[in-house]
Amino acid sequence: MTNALAVRIVLRTRSFTLDVAFEVKPGVTVLFGPSGSGKSRTLGCIAGIVRPDEGRITLGDDVWFDDARRLELAIHERRVAYVFQSLALFPHMTAADNVMYGISRTMLKADRRAIADEMLGKMRVGHLAARRPQTFSGGEAQRVALARAFAMKPRALLLDEPFSALDAGVKLELLAEVGEWLAREKIPAILVTHHAEEASALGDQVVMLEKGRVVREAAIDDPTLSLPKIGAAAK
Amino acid sequence: MDFGPLFLSFEVATIATAFAAVIGIAIAALLANYRFPGRDLLDVVSTAPMVMPPTVLGYYVFATLGQGTIIGRAYTALTGSTIVFTMTGAVVAATISALPLVVKSVRAALEQTDPTLMLAARTLGATKLRALFSVQMPLATRGVAAALMLAFARAIGEFGITLMVAGDIPGKTRTASLAIYSAVEAQRNREATSMVVVLTVLVLGLLYAGGKLTAPPAENR
Repeated sequence: MTNALAVRIVLRTRSFTLDVAFEVKPGVTVLFGPSGSGKSRTLGCIAGIVRPDEGRITLGDDVWFDDARRLELAIHERRVAYVFQSLALFPHMTAADNVMYGISRTMLKADRRAIADEMLGKMRVGHLAARRPQTFSGGEAQRVALARAFAMKPRALLLDEPFSALDAGVKLELLAEVGEWLAREKIPAILVTHHAEEASALGDQVVMLEKGRVVREAAIDDPTLSLPKIGAAAK
Repeated sequence: MDFGPLFLSFEVATIATAFAAVIGIAIAALLANYRFPGRDLLDVVSTAPMVMPPTVLGYYVFATLGQGTIIGRAYTALTGSTIVFTMTGAVVAATISALPLVVKSVRAALEQTDPTLMLAARTLGATKLRALFSVQMPLATRGVAAALMLAFARAIGEFGITLMVAGDIPGKTRTASLAIYSAVEAQRNREATSMVVVLTVLVLGLLYAGGKLTAPPAENR
């Protein structure tokens, strides 16, 4: 069974129409494009937050959405880890409780806690386990958010510009950790970004969006692809 | 001074606030998070007691819970008592008057929580109900607490619907508000004044505390 995420989405809004189709193989596909090109909405459709008007979204043999068959898997049944730009850490919970939130509740609480502690440790924020997000630095919050995403054992990972607020050093370190984790887990991941260096550090494949359409798909090492230029155009 | 009416008011308002909390929070959560047919109607009906004449509301209570109605008869068969002209009637009246405040305030508190947090909870595997109880409600705690204070303040001062539904039976349904009315009518002004003072201080105190709870963090300190 392949583990690829196949996406075909048509979503009509008053201002524009999103009409995209692409495939995300295990590894990282970068969604690249200017603001308002439909990147976040595409992620929303994949996660189940936004319902497309038409299309089909599948992961391997599992159908998540199919308008022709009137199929729609609820958000919480897709097991997609979504790291929001705002990170969306629960402010009323400790780091450990945040990470435990996504771990299957069929497990004993002590086991969930052990997994959460282990994951926080791996992300080098084990010392924050008992603290709440208000006290975290930008980098720490990012690490906790990633720990939460990884601990839920997701079937796909969606990263919606979560690194944009970080300075370059921390960013590259975190990207490397995400890359290592993905290499182990072998699941498809989508990174939405405006930054060429993020794309080339983590990406395997690039899907370029413009005004709701895919204008180009290429491997990240394709010599004809000029990412810095795209990055500049995005700003 | 006879403290009976004040104690009765406390008892009625406490029970009514509990009922209004359960019903009101459920309605508020529905209105804040779901789109469904009849949503606008539910919104209007649950807000109506704020502006509807108490006599009209009292009439509806009679029409649905009075002695001749199915619910009224079932209640009598079960408890041997009636809903109307008893303390139960006073509780129903106070619940109706408090409900819109709970619905409005709790709904506003729920809608103020960051929707991304609810979505994050859903992507982490939570059903809508779990996300409501584990994320949205805890984040709205202050707003909910303020709503319940407001509801209690409203319930303890209820007059019109109570008079219609429960009557003014001394020792049985005569709450503080009704006792003040009777005392003024009978020119027992001292008795009225002391109860007026107690209710005023209580309601102002509750409003002040509620306002503190929902004030922005900077003003909270």
